Amino acid sequence: MSSQAIRKLLVSFYIVLFFLYLFTPLIMMGMAAFNDVEFPQVVPWAGFTLRWFPALFADALMMEGIVNSIWIGIGVMALSVPIGLAAAIVMTQVHQRLQTLYYTIVVSPVLMPGVILGISTLVFWDRLGTFMDADYESFYYSGMFLTIIGQSTFISAYTMLIFLARLQRFDRTQEEAALDLGASHVQVFWKVLIPFLRPAIFSAMGLAFLTSFENYNTTVFTIQAESTLTTVLAGKVRMGTQPDLAALAVLIIGVTLVSAVAIEIAQRREQRRELAAKAEAARAERTMQAAAQPAQ
Amino acid sequence: MTGFFQRNGIAISTYLILAVVFWVVLMIVLPQAYMLDFSFRNNLPPAKIGGPEDVYTLSNYRYLVFGSPGSADAFNYLHLQVFLRTIIASIFVTLIDFALCYPIAYYIAQVAKGGFARSMILLLILPFWVNEILRAFSFRILFGTSGVINAVLQSLGIVDQPIDFLRADVALYAGLSYAYILLMVFPLYNAIESLDHNQIEAARDLGSPWWRIHWRVVMPHAKPGIASGCTLVFMLSAGALAAPQILGGPSSLWFTQIIYRWFNTGGNWPQGAAYAIVLLLACLVFVLAVMRLFKISLGEIAR
Repeated sequence: MSSQAIRKLLVSFYIVLFFLYLFTPLIMMGMAAFNDVEFPQVVPWAGFTLRWFPALFADALMMEGIVNSIWIGIGVMALSVPIGLAAAIVMTQVHQRLQTLYYTIVVSPVLMPGVILGISTLVFWDRLGTFMDADYESFYYSGMFLTIIGQSTFISAYTMLIFLARLQRFDRTQEEAALDLGASHVQVFWKVLIPFLRPAIFSAMGLAFLTSFENYNTTVFTIQAESTLTTVLAGKVRMGTQPDLAALAVLIIGVTLVSAVAIEIAQRREQRRELAAKAEAARAERTMQAAAQPAQ
Repeated sequence: MTGFFQRNGIAISTYLILAVVFWVVLMIVLPQAYMLDFSFRNNLPPAKIGGPEDVYTLSNYRYLVFGSPGSADAFNYLHLQVFLRTIIASIFVTLIDFALCYPIAYYIAQVAKGGFARSMILLLILPFWVNEILRAFSFRILFGTSGVINAVLQSLGIVDQPIDFLRADVALYAGLSYAYILLMVFPLYNAIESLDHNQIEAARDLGSPWWRIHWRVVMPHAKPGIASGCTLVFMLSAGALAAPQILGGPSSLWFTQIIYRWFNTGGNWPQGAAYAIVLLLACLVFVLAVMRLFKISLGEIAR
């Protein structure tokens, strides 16, 4: 065997190992969810059971956490999508000299550890509440409100990056044409810009919700006395003795895998549609040129 | 400014300005600034805030270095040790991830063909849709004393007593490296993908061995990707909380866990804020060091 063939074999072997490393933990956890023993483990295999799944839904604490997580996710979507959109539009218009500074500031939350964002949100709103002399029932001290704010701090940067990528392909002459034809700025925004950005809006909403739903580092500081799915989970995992956790993992993996694949398919379809539209435009241009030729 | 209003109209301009100012001022700048201010203050009950005792002090930072004034030790060995361990372990995790991901990123970017490369990317992304806590939990199932790895080792007769991987922090390092693989693979992949394959061919035709092609052609080209991958993985490892809580041994701590304790059971927020500032500074120093080392700008890292 030549040295080249040996190297190719080694590379393939490495790739297989790498993907085994990626998937073995998840597969093992999946198996533990169906093992009929009182402790989450795969070996020894005591037989197949489904009893850990109903056990999940009997857990009131976990259900409360899930409901809170969903509300927080909706709140984060409602806050971070408009903010990200505005920030992206401003980025395309801001003066060249300010652009670097602006970009550094708005991207900084992404590069900051999540615990820091949680802590700064918590102490800032707590002080603001004291300053305003607000009572303890007010939103300054509400775990849900602070969590939405804290998470949106960095999730808005994600949504901004999504909008920026899409805006780079926006043809501003469309806006100008609409304005010339007498549309108001608000009409241009709703009838030209928003329809163009629609795919990006959906991606941003999905990303915002999912990121919020599985956030732990920021949430654990801002949520205080309340709970979300991740804080309940972390508490349970640290005890670490119930196979119903593995069952929950199987459910979450199932749901997330289906949605991940759905997002991927939607994105590819969008890409194909754009390619087709481009090809169609190029073809139309060619026919027009061909039609114009004899006239010249 | 008037140009801005003319260009967008009054209503849209108001929305843009309000949203961006709310985000930048109330969510990013003021909270950070206030956390810094807060870390220099005494731990006071709300009633005393603004009173005569509410003065600036270095005591929170002094505590991290020297411990409480009455303690017998000259330094706060426990916390300093945890801090150093967190930083060194995070660098270690970063290096492991780079070593693991470079071959894969290179393979997908330069060797694999169209559809196959896309499926590999999808496969890479899939595990990272799973919650961070559940991923850490899956490592407990693998590495626990009654876990899969111990069972395999015992049945092969390699060991006769189960090894406590959790106590030895093996599970923690494996779990952390696993958690942030994606953030290393993608910057590397993007950087290597933009390299013209002809350059590699040319180097090969001129007789360069494969390792020198990587050292002299691919890696220099991928420098921004390497830098941003390393920065992301380091920051997330140093700032990780779930994985150390779940996978860390009972006697070992991560710096974020100490911060967490100041805010919860410790009940000393200014002290926790001071520790958080130290963590943030450590991350900043790391970014600056990486920028120096790779001679690149921040814009290239955050891309």
